Amino acid sequence: MSYMIVNSGGSRSFPTGDAFLEHAAADADIVLYLGGAKMRADEQKTAILVELGGECLGVHTGEGEGTNAGKEGSNILGFNRYRNGHDEPSNLIELVRQPRTHETALRAAKTLFTTAGLEVAVCSDQAGRIIDRLVRPKYNAALRFLDEGLASAKDMDLTCRMGLGYPDGPIERVCRGGLAHHHDVTEALFRIYGTAGYAPARRAVVAKQRAPQ
Amino acid sequence: MTRIRKVGVCGAAGTMGAGIAIVAARAGFETVAYDLSSDALSQAAENTAGFFEKSVARGKMSKSDRDAVLARLTSTNDLADLGNCDLVIEAVYEDPKVKQDLLATLDATCADHTILASNTSTLSITEIASGCSRQDRVVGMHFCLPAQLMRLIEMSPGVNTSDETFQAAWAWTEAVGQVPVRTQDKPGFILNALLVPFNNEAIRAVEAGVAEPADIDHAIKAGLGYKMGPLELIDLVGLDTQVRLCEAFYPITLDPRAAAPALLRRMVAAGRLGRKSGSGFYNYDDQAMYGS
Repeated sequence: MSYMIVNSGGSRSFPTGDAFLEHAAADADIVLYLGGAKMRADEQKTAILVELGGECLGVHTGEGEGTNAGKEGSNILGFNRYRNGHDEPSNLIELVRQPRTHETALRAAKTLFTTAGLEVAVCSDQAGRIIDRLVRPKYNAALRFLDEGLASAKDMDLTCRMGLGYPDGPIERVCRGGLAHHHDVTEALFRIYGTAGYAPARRAVVAKQRAPQ
Repeated sequence: MTRIRKVGVCGAAGTMGAGIAIVAARAGFETVAYDLSSDALSQAAENTAGFFEKSVARGKMSKSDRDAVLARLTSTNDLADLGNCDLVIEAVYEDPKVKQDLLATLDATCADHTILASNTSTLSITEIASGCSRQDRVVGMHFCLPAQLMRLIEMSPGVNTSDETFQAAWAWTEAVGQVPVRTQDKPGFILNALLVPFNNEAIRAVEAGVAEPADIDHAIKAGLGYKMGPLELIDLVGLDTQVRLCEAFYPITLDPRAAAPALLRRMVAAGRLGRKSGSGFYNYDDQAMYGS
């Protein structure tokens, strides 16, 4: 499947050297905007795919107002290849659609990524998409449990690996990804959802305050 | 080195209790499996024999070892038969009153030195022990399901548990080849304290239209490397069980993430309990997704 890339050079989904970049064509009906490259709408294209950071797709497409609210959708989709902070990119693409996203664009995007050997999960345009929305409160809880002395970091991680079959525990994972990164993600989610589960844990706040500016 | 020689298991006709009895007998301890129903105990004994038969067939155990293990494992529906056990582990219904009453009876039945352990996954060890005169000899010992295969045990001392009791129980878990981790006596200990709210978040994501259940599970497995997605797991353990877990957690923790999501309650009311009822977040007749 043919695709072209507009790349600012700072893509977290497809860093320099990623094979996906090498297979891009000079011109194609599917266009990917990577690393914050400014997206240009083009209804003639089959699909336009915008790499998202923490922001919603609506930031790029604009959103309907009044009676048009909730009717967003076109051939433009968002995507993010999930990364746990500093970790290498995973094999998962979170593909972001809007209520009236064109089904042809959605199908083309799914086919493009799966043909490239990636896994695709489709989600709506909500903060944190699927994974960060679900796991960040869990990492906050684990960090809080550590402060409260529920168990040691080693035992919490061991429990999740042995008791639940996870490949790693919450403390080792959030620390490996970077506590300052976790702070930034949860702070952004907390701003939108306002629920205590997303409020950055104390250890993440400390890490952020100590991080080089 | 453990001084424990004889182990009793209460609720041994249940899945968890039967697994714990296997762990104890397999490790060389004389084991008494107690439950109320003789028929249920007979069925559990049959299942246990089948489990070891498979172990022999797979070359993991010799026939003579199997015979020795089964000879060490006896069943009873008379609680008095646990009187001379060194350690009694209860794995009865997850209800504080049921567990308190059982421990009070064991307290009156067992020898003074007997350690009483609770396999509770969510309840307070201190509260369960509160009806006993031997609160210093009560300890939390939460096995993971299925106990005969999962090696992890969450070990929790209650407020009045003595160090000697905790160390003796800890040494026994190591003697049976399990891996103990120490936690405080807090709702859900480590495992369920992390898992139950996480599963609720997945339900709320469905409720909020973030994604279809299959996409949520797929994302979690592909992105995080989990073997099972949260909604698949809830279907496996039962949506009604998830409600019960929430009801054990939320009143104590007042953590909004631990409160049962409205969608979960609606699905339970609709009889969608997960695999056991044929449908939950997935339909087990045709694999269709909930809501599709």
